[in-house]
Amino acid sequence: MDRRQLEEAFFKGLMIASTVIIVGILFAILAVVLLKGAPLLSLSMLTQTPKGGYYLGKGGGILNAIIGSLYLAFGATFLSFIIAFPIALYLQEYARNRFASFVRLSLDILWGVPSIVYGAFGFTIMLYLGLRACLLGGIIVLTLLMLPIMTRAMDEVMRMVPHELRETSYAVGSTRLEALLRVVSRQALPGILTAVLLAFGRGIGDAASILFTAGYTDHIPHSLFDPAASLPLAVFFLLGTPLPEVQERAYAAAVILLVIILSTSVISRLLTTKWTKFVIK
Amino acid sequence: MNLKLTRKLKEVIASRLMLLITALSSMLIFVMILGLFLKARLILATQSLPELLLSTSWHPLRGEFGFYPFILGTIWVTVLAMFFSIPSCLLTSIYLTEYASAKIRAFIKPLIDLLAGIPSVVYGLWGILVVVPLVKDHIAPLFGYPTSGYCLLTGGFVLAIMVFPVLISVSEEVFRAVPHEVREISLALGATRWQTVKHAQMVPRIKGIIAAIVLGFSRAFGETMAVMMVVGNVAQVPSSVFQPAYPLPALIANNYGEMMSIPLYDAALLLAALLLLLIVLVFSVGARIVLLRIERRVV
Amino acid sequence: MEKFKPHISVEKLNVFYGKHHVLKDITVKIPEKQITVIIGPSGCGKTTLLKSFNRLIDLVEGISVSGDVRVDGMDIYNGKIDVTNIRKKIGMLAQKPYPLPMSIYDNVAYGPRIHGILKRKELDRIVERYLKVAGLWDEVKDRLKSPASRLSAGQQQRLCLARTLAVEPEIILGDEPTSALDPVSAKRIEQEFIELKKDYTIVIVTHILRQAKRLADHVIFLYMGEVIEAGPAREIFEDPKEARTRAYIGGEIS
Ligand SMILES: Nc1ncnc2c1ncn2[C@@H]1O[C@H](COP(=O)(O)OP(=O)(O)OP(=O)(O)O)[C@@H](O)[C@H]1O
Ligand SMILES: [Mg+2]
Repeated sequence: MDRRQLEEAFFKGLMIASTVIIVGILFAILAVVLLKGAPLLSLSMLTQTPKGGYYLGKGGGILNAIIGSLYLAFGATFLSFIIAFPIALYLQEYARNRFASFVRLSLDILWGVPSIVYGAFGFTIMLYLGLRACLLGGIIVLTLLMLPIMTRAMDEVMRMVPHELRETSYAVGSTRLEALLRVVSRQALPGILTAVLLAFGRGIGDAASILFTAGYTDHIPHSLFDPAASLPLAVFFLLGTPLPEVQERAYAAAVILLVIILSTSVISRLLTTKWTKFVIK
Repeated sequence: MNLKLTRKLKEVIASRLMLLITALSSMLIFVMILGLFLKARLILATQSLPELLLSTSWHPLRGEFGFYPFILGTIWVTVLAMFFSIPSCLLTSIYLTEYASAKIRAFIKPLIDLLAGIPSVVYGLWGILVVVPLVKDHIAPLFGYPTSGYCLLTGGFVLAIMVFPVLISVSEEVFRAVPHEVREISLALGATRWQTVKHAQMVPRIKGIIAAIVLGFSRAFGETMAVMMVVGNVAQVPSSVFQPAYPLPALIANNYGEMMSIPLYDAALLLAALLLLLIVLVFSVGARIVLLRIERRVV
Repeated sequence: MEKFKPHISVEKLNVFYGKHHVLKDITVKIPEKQITVIIGPSGCGKTTLLKSFNRLIDLVEGISVSGDVRVDGMDIYNGKIDVTNIRKKIGMLAQKPYPLPMSIYDNVAYGPRIHGILKRKELDRIVERYLKVAGLWDEVKDRLKSPASRLSAGQQQRLCLARTLAVEPEIILGDEPTSALDPVSAKRIEQEFIELKKDYTIVIVTHILRQAKRLADHVIFLYMGEVIEAGPAREIFEDPKEARTRAYIGGEIS
């Protein structure tokens, strides 16, 4: 073997090693969290809110966090869809190039803004408006967080729709809006749903942005102005408690969170493979 | 009104509305900067920025807000994470694009994408369960340092793992963008695969690779929860990787919303948020400009 | 069959892309220091055959190869062989000129550097020499450091030729090397080939029959993955034995 062959073998070995290590670590994360948490999942965990003395190891569950997280994530997904969809449409057809690339850049930057900054900014605004931490505050901040993700993801899939398709629609006399709604959106529907699911996954798992804005409570919120618990914060707070048996409940919360997120991601994978069949290539 | 007119009207109204929403949303970044600045101004009025950034004394009750330990903590954690993740992610993405068979790729890629979605508290939880004890009982004794395990090394390692998926996918994109011809030409000249990667794919695109990595990291820079859960959160200038540190995001997360009665405390924390935002902004815009320029030159 | 010293000899070569049988029982010999032209309709496997000579088909996912390809009598699909040595010995010119993303100088120096020549003086000498052989030196000698992508397509193809020659191969493969060029540039490349054949064994794939007639000493006619006929150019063009060859040369199959 000459030097070149040795170098090749050496680096190939390194590459395989690092791939194995990385994949191994990622597997280990799933395995450890699922194995630790799964045995702690019980019916009462899923169906009860914390009882008195819960934080001292007494009974109860994390229904408050499950419901709170679902409220927060669905609310924010809904709101950000209402905003993101028109922006994505606008970027396709109306925006002139310069403006479009400015908007894209600004959204890309927003995508990178740390979620703690969203949280701090959001809470500042809430203080200014005299709001306490509440479900609505959490939803709004999560919306801001999800907006760039959803918009850019939708934008990318809509851009993939061939231009000829739009032209065909113009050719039969539709307005730009009609072409966008009937042709482009329909063609990109699987991708749009994937974008929504992606943002949902990001939103439901984020803790730093709702730390100040949504608050945390043992009760299920009854109005938009009640504080709301959430799964990621349940993980965080429960781990911060002194008793080991209470800390363990964090594992259960983490498993529920993981299951929700992994299933959205699997669903979106299925959607894309199933649906692309019906889309004209 | 006839049908044609209604359609026309719909079109006009819709496009105006969309423009409005688009314009407002793209202003959001400026609104955030302005909002944070207006609040942070209060503390900037009492002390100059360099003073705040370079002072080590953090005593909010005495009105002393020295960010130096926190800035150093952030930098350290990030640098450690880069140290752990960049070589391994580059190697992995080279392996996936250049060496691995379609089958292996089809198995690993979705897995990595899946893991990109894992929330940071889960990474943090894993860090506490696995990495903290590992560092405390096995790694630190190797170097003869006593540590609780909640330290810079752990924080950097957990952050590195968090950025794996992002970093692998951005660097994979860079390698995938290399035209197949380049590969063929180099191999046809008798180069080994690794030589091809090194001389024909990495060296000519080194700027693009760096930009992609910076972009990947600008997303990780402000990562809060996972790091905060394992890094110890002690306001001091760390002198070794086995000591705890207190990065800026953790500072904000732990303190904002509480102790609001201390004068200027919230202004100081919002200044920290503004700093984070600006750093991320500079890096991500810079990286994008480099990438754009490269794209234009190649095309 | 005429006697010649084969530089490459192929024995019962079969290539599959997955289940698709692309080359079927190919047995041919490539004569040394002559120009062999491979002709045949689109999709018949010309590129595949060419790339099997330097094992560049290894890059294709899901490929399977059986049979022998011998270069200088050495079985190149034998497990013990070092592929990079084979490839060094066999230069390849692609259909589209494709400069590597670096300067003119670095393009030519790429191969020598790979093979361990790092001294500046020696590299300078190699670069100059092969740019001259490829007939490009006078046009680029003042801008060796500028990006190769700024050259015209014809110049780029000559640069690629220089790059190929710089690793000092014995065999040059060209896959339709003039098809992306204007007629004048194409002529120049053809001219280079005719000059090169005194030192190199050359194998060229082409679609253009007239070009084949101009260049070929030896012809291989490939049809749907099979060698229909192979032999000296004059025989094939003037007195083909096979009906299908006649039909192709007469322009009936394309
Ligand atoms: N990577 C590949 N995967 C699967 N099939 C392939 C691949 N490359 C080529 N083929 C098939 O193999 C057959 C031969 O291809 P090849 O490129 O060798 O033909 P060719 O004679 O060079 O054609 P052309 O004159 O158009 O260049 C074709 O039927 C083609 O579709
Ligand atoms: Mg071909």
